[in-house]
Amino acid sequence: MYVIVAGGGKVGANLARSLLEMGHEVTLVEERPQAFARLEQEFGPVVIRGDATEISVLERAGIARPPELLLAATGDDEDNLVISQIGKEGYGVPKVIARVNDPRNQSHFDLLGITQTICATSSILGLVEHEIPEHGLVRLLELQKEGLEIVEAQIESSSPAAGSRVAGLSLPGGSRLISVFRHGRTELAEPGTVLRPGDQVLAVVADDSAAELRRVLLGAPKS
Amino acid sequence: MKAVVIGCGRTGSAVAKGLAADGWDVTAVDENEDALGRLGPGWRGGFVLGHGMDMTVLGRAGVESVDAAVVSTDGDNTNVVIAQVIQKRFGIESVFVRVLDPARAQFYAERGLHTVCPTQTAISVLLDSVRSTAHVASGA
Repeated sequence: MYVIVAGGGKVGANLARSLLEMGHEVTLVEERPQAFARLEQEFGPVVIRGDATEISVLERAGIARPPELLLAATGDDEDNLVISQIGKEGYGVPKVIARVNDPRNQSHFDLLGITQTICATSSILGLVEHEIPEHGLVRLLELQKEGLEIVEAQIESSSPAAGSRVAGLSLPGGSRLISVFRHGRTELAEPGTVLRPGDQVLAVVADDSAAELRRVLLGAPKS
Repeated sequence: MKAVVIGCGRTGSAVAKGLAADGWDVTAVDENEDALGRLGPGWRGGFVLGHGMDMTVLGRAGVESVDAAVVSTDGDNTNVVIAQVIQKRFGIESVFVRVLDPARAQFYAERGLHTVCPTQTAISVLLDSVRSTAHVASGA
């Protein structure tokens, strides 16, 4: 497929390199002269020089074809938002993925309809929370377009769900238990599966029902 | 009437002072403290130090209850993002945003932003000036 990568820093350059190795057609856009010179040595005509938030530069990169995928991977969130909006709304690019540098800007991306985003800080925080199970529900994966989250919960002896069968839990609408990890083994969560203290439960939940799921499985949050 | 001016450089500070002189209750926002100096010693309006992308800064500037907003930082992309946030998140209809790049100004104007493009204005005025000279020359 054809992919435009906007921004040739560490993230963009590595994305372009990997996509090329996978056999895709790529155009990489970089504005800074020094970075461009370095990239040109490696990528040759694949990289073009210019400001990817300028419509004429995006057109030079082939935005009007349009590409199957546009990756807005610069180090500037405003630039990534504008690149995404021009690609999506101006040229009907079917798939746009934007890098979020500052997690506080995530809500701006959501507001402006750039639904597929990736934020390194938030991802690392998610991994940190994964290492601290007493935190409650751990969000493993956010499916933004579907409005769903894959979460993990550790059942404690004090949890209201301990000793209950899956079928007997009043789970919130739009949620389902996927699997139970205990004694080093994972089994699918069947209606007859009984939850026990120490179990690590995987669940899929609508993002607005996560708090209710937490209450059903683990009880009210400790303050 | 209440207004907020995001980006208090040469343009933003003059707009803020002009609105205040007309009797508007104006709050200026800039990430640089020196910007306050551009508003002059007699400035009676508000001033919030911070970046317009920051929701807490917009909140402190009272954006939710303004009648008009002017977005005029030195970055086109920053401006169109802040303007859209003010329009869509806070439901403010009268948001006027400075965009230097004519192509981007047109792109966002077609999507409901009130864009003001000084570059396009300069192009039009310069063209008209030269054309009127040619007209005089050919008429003579």
